[in-house]
Amino acid sequence: MTTVSRSITYGKDFGLLYRIRLWIGRLIPHLILAGYSLLAVFPVILILINSFKTRKAIFGEPFAFPNPSNFDLIGYQTVLSRSNFTQNFLNSIIVTGVSLFFILLFGSMAAFALSEYNFRGNTLMALYLSIGIMIPIRLGTVSLLRLMVKLGLVNTLTGLILVYIAQGLPLTIFILSQFMRQVPKELKDAARIDGASEYRIYTMVLPLVRPALGAIGIFTMIPIWNDLWFPLVIAPSAKTATITLGVQQFLGQFVSDWNAVLSSLSLAMVPILILYVLFSQQMIRSITAGALK
Amino acid sequence: MGVVRPVPATPARLGINVGGVNVSTKSKSRTFPTHIVVFLAPAVIVYTLFMIYPLIDSLRLSFFATGPDNKEYFVGFQNYVKLFTDSDYAPRFWGALKNNIVFFLVHMLVQNPIGLLLAALLATGGWGRKFYRTVLFMPTVLSFVIIGFIWNLILSPLWGVAESILKAVGLGALFRPWLGLESTALVTISLISVWQFVGIPMVLFYAALIGIPEELIEAARVDGATGWQIFWRIKFPLILPTVGIVGILTFVGNFNAFDLIYTIKGALAGPNFATDIMGTLFYRTFFGQQLQLGNPTMGATVAAMMFLIILSGVLIYMFLWQRRVQTVEM
Repeated sequence: MTTVSRSITYGKDFGLLYRIRLWIGRLIPHLILAGYSLLAVFPVILILINSFKTRKAIFGEPFAFPNPSNFDLIGYQTVLSRSNFTQNFLNSIIVTGVSLFFILLFGSMAAFALSEYNFRGNTLMALYLSIGIMIPIRLGTVSLLRLMVKLGLVNTLTGLILVYIAQGLPLTIFILSQFMRQVPKELKDAARIDGASEYRIYTMVLPLVRPALGAIGIFTMIPIWNDLWFPLVIAPSAKTATITLGVQQFLGQFVSDWNAVLSSLSLAMVPILILYVLFSQQMIRSITAGALK
Repeated sequence: MGVVRPVPATPARLGINVGGVNVSTKSKSRTFPTHIVVFLAPAVIVYTLFMIYPLIDSLRLSFFATGPDNKEYFVGFQNYVKLFTDSDYAPRFWGALKNNIVFFLVHMLVQNPIGLLLAALLATGGWGRKFYRTVLFMPTVLSFVIIGFIWNLILSPLWGVAESILKAVGLGALFRPWLGLESTALVTISLISVWQFVGIPMVLFYAALIGIPEELIEAARVDGATGWQIFWRIKFPLILPTVGIVGILTFVGNFNAFDLIYTIKGALAGPNFATDIMGTLFYRTFFGQQLQLGNPTMGATVAAMMFLIILSGVLIYMFLWQRRVQTVEM
């Protein structure tokens, strides 16, 4: 916006016309951004506010905020009594948490090996490990399901976790090895001279790439938490369903119960939204920082 | 570095190590580099077993068919011929492919230009940009299931929210049950997906734009270039690598999509397969649906076609756009 206004000034007077132009030049980007922001949040807010209202109010006054006259928690009561919400939620936390831990552990170990040592086949190994960045693991589902059946991992959280680890590793290794290459050599050599083992040096490098670990963590977490495909294919049982699958099935059964539908959508959204609000600045900064390198 | 670990620091070794770690490791080490294996093994094993092996084995299965004795026999390209020509499979396959291309084109023509516009506006800096950035990216972190249902409700004639909004701006007559009509369902779902994912191109373009050195812009300004010229003649050419990344990410994501359509329309991708894309076709072929029995080897064949489509997209990108993959992708 400053770009526009400043370029206009060259060779021109600073009169009223200029000030009006400047003002419009600043206003238009705001209008577009605010308009689109509204479009982005409106559907979410609409669901949230209606989840607290009576059925009559949902249909009668969908845009009204909840107030004493239309307030109703019946939807939430239905969800909590009729669905496996707590169980699903716990499953999601376990699957996402454990997958994330191992993605970061295994990924950082492999990235360390690739960035630190110049062994024979290093490039080939890096290439092999990066195939999965572009080729979706989903395309191997037929064989993956057979493998899971053979290993007895169908309808287990372990099966899901293993798939998600495999899915998350390629990008993690790719990005982490770039960050690890930037850790100064002097630091590691000094430790080596002091007799530190290679394993010790790995644990030394790890905290130095913590911002990258955080960013990768957030970006691998979201697709795992939100995934519908693998829970549907590998672990669809009631006991192992994740929150995404649980909500999907619940919504399918309670389609006509608007209170329950709106409440379950809200319950499913809120944890991710809270996490997002807490971490969004870091998340976006990490992408922009990555590009600046 | 197996050389270094157990060895006391003699001056000679010190010289090599401090001089350059990589050089010293390159020198023929007699010690077996156990630690390299230890570092690589867990990742390589899990990745190979649960990603590479299933992908390859799935490609293999596309050349097999189940006989009457429930055993699998090698049938060459028969599954592919069936997929392309059989009256049960071919209409669905070509339909899904066509729909998938439309799905992709809507993303390229709507999502990515809007993402670029928003990024360009954000990158100019100024008041409230942090807030806008956060809000605009928000839908991207929600799951397809939630997004699908939310829009299903909003566009539903039953609730009438979309209709009353259109009425409020005097366009009430335009309202249709877009998700239910064969002619509009696919584009409507594509636009819902665009609404959700516009944050990704936006953030990637934004990152690229703020990475452009200020001196370049300043120099152009001094030469009298307008904002418009600066954007299209200087900034845009400089962010072409990101345009390529956004393009290929959109391509891979779109030809692998499934969840949103499954949530809104179910595996049958109605009405009358109007929203059927490769992902839903794959699911239906593999697991079966209603009267149609599931067929794993035909499922693998559909997956192999998706693999070929995605692979050719990736190769075109690497060959035509750039060889080096950048860090900014997600």
